[in-house]
Amino acid sequence: MAISPDVLPVVPATAPKAQKGGKSAPRAVAWFVLKRVAAALLTLLIVSILIFVCTSVIPGNAVTVILGKSGTPETIAALEAHLGLDRPLYLQYFSWLSEMVRGNFGSSVVAIAQQQPDTSITKSIADPLANSLILGGITALLLIPFTLLLGAIAGIKADKPLDHIISMPTLVAAGLPEFVTGALLIYIFFTQLGILPPVSLVSPGASPLSSPKILILPVITLLTVAVGSGVRQVRLGMIEVLQTDFVQFARLNGIRERRVLIRYGVRNAIANSVQTIAQNLQYLVGGIIVVESVFAYPGVGVYLVNAVLARDTNKILAASMILAAIYTLINIFADLLVVFLVPKLRTELA
Amino acid sequence: MSAGTETAPKPQRNARRIGGGILRTKTGLVGVVLFILTSVVALLGRYVAPYGPYDSLGIPGAAPGNGHLVGLDFIGRDVFSRLLYGGRSTFILAGLATVVTYLIGASIGLVAGYSRSKIDPILMRGIDILISLPALLVILLLVTAFGGTSLVLVIATSLVLLPGVARIVRSATLEVSTRGYVEAAVARGEPTRTLLLREIFPNITGVITADLGLRFSWSIILIASVNFLGIGIQPPTADWGLMISENRVVIASDPLAVVGPSIVLAVLVVAVNLIGDAYVRQLDRSSASS
Repeated sequence: MAISPDVLPVVPATAPKAQKGGKSAPRAVAWFVLKRVAAALLTLLIVSILIFVCTSVIPGNAVTVILGKSGTPETIAALEAHLGLDRPLYLQYFSWLSEMVRGNFGSSVVAIAQQQPDTSITKSIADPLANSLILGGITALLLIPFTLLLGAIAGIKADKPLDHIISMPTLVAAGLPEFVTGALLIYIFFTQLGILPPVSLVSPGASPLSSPKILILPVITLLTVAVGSGVRQVRLGMIEVLQTDFVQFARLNGIRERRVLIRYGVRNAIANSVQTIAQNLQYLVGGIIVVESVFAYPGVGVYLVNAVLARDTNKILAASMILAAIYTLINIFADLLVVFLVPKLRTELA
Repeated sequence: MSAGTETAPKPQRNARRIGGGILRTKTGLVGVVLFILTSVVALLGRYVAPYGPYDSLGIPGAAPGNGHLVGLDFIGRDVFSRLLYGGRSTFILAGLATVVTYLIGASIGLVAGYSRSKIDPILMRGIDILISLPALLVILLLVTAFGGTSLVLVIATSLVLLPGVARIVRSATLEVSTRGYVEAAVARGEPTRTLLLREIFPNITGVITADLGLRFSWSIILIASVNFLGIGIQPPTADWGLMISENRVVIASDPLAVVGPSIVLAVLVVAVNLIGDAYVRQLDRSSASS
């Protein structure tokens, strides 16, 4: 390995003052954070419009849900006026938006139709949201160490037997649909072994944490898919880092291999892995929709699917917006984390 | 067309070699064999099914036996026959969705990458919005708005898959359009359409096909998931995804009614991924050697 001449920096006779714009690195970072947050808010705004339009494409949707086939033109018109559905779409959107940012998601049309005493979506979605956060949170806590550890090992031992032992099963696991993995796990742990329940029912008001057994299979299902795809990318990142000059030089300097791998390899590979981990966490947001349905786990995913099946437009809006918001949040958080983990980026921003 | 100062490389010459290369790797061969098996079952299985897919034949959830290889489902239909019937729709819809994904995605990428005008950022910001939501959520919303018909499923699935294609094609186009043979063609005064289709497109096919397998397997997964959730194909139609969902109630008495469709779906997806993986390896190898 030789240093090619163009790698050596050419120092100009009179060095120009660095950062001529006068922006210091901390200010540049603050500016970056601000821009990133603004972009995310804008995205959410556009997404909210798209979601709103999607749920109101079919006119009189909510009204037909409430009245069924018994509606006469008069009752339909009266109900539309009562729900505010006779107003232009953009006015409906603005009143929905202004209520939503204050935490009020409106009323469930199905609940109105069934004349339930409490029609508030904000109340009915609170428990599912908490349940989903528990499921997603536990999975995320396990996901990060597993992905990094398996990916780093596979990368260090690239093309050796240990790499194949890790890489082949993860390739298969990452590719399977969640409901297939879930169904096979139910078959093994319920039908064959009889040690875990096939469904993860939680009685209303109770916390899933009070019966942790029901969380095991949903968490494993989510983990199999997410870890599988993450390991591949961390492995590639690790291989790349280990081929860089600074790792080679560290080795040539006689630094012990363990130290080279941990201080020079893993530490640098982790920065690259933040985006991978973020993608996997974002995956969880979509993944819980299916996994919750597999195990009948009462989370936001099941709430959303039931709302879609019942055509309960306000519920669909609420659940979709919450999932979209979490998805966007993870994205910003990852972008910011990368900037804080990789000092080089901070100066590049300036 | 007279030869310019620099001749365009001929990427197609590798196509056959790569195809043969896939079969020579162990994983590629396994993938191709499994893929042929599952696609034959999915597309032609219905012609050898012993029973009709809707015939009620006995006790719901009966274990295998009595001429029923995989037992009876939750309302007493022959699971084996329904397995033979249940792959075609997902298979065809996923194939169509992949084709549409590439048609639209590659067009957007080509135009955005070559335009060098305001069209590029506008197209790419539109693409960014599409990936700011979870894929399944986008599909659920579109199905809510327009109904769970095959057409909506295909379009919704391609909408969530095409941003990746558009981005890859855009950056490949950006790179290729600065090459000498493209600039020579510009100098010859060729119309933009000819430029895109004859000079640029043939030289980015390698990049485009590299993740074809991945996208086909995603299409299968997404469409099967929507069917599993009960929002796509409706009962009593036989469909692998829907069968897994329906037959969970009989998993204790006839587990094969759930495991059967799970395994065929798993084999299909794994086979597609194995072929894709082997293809990318061959692509890397041939570009490294040339």
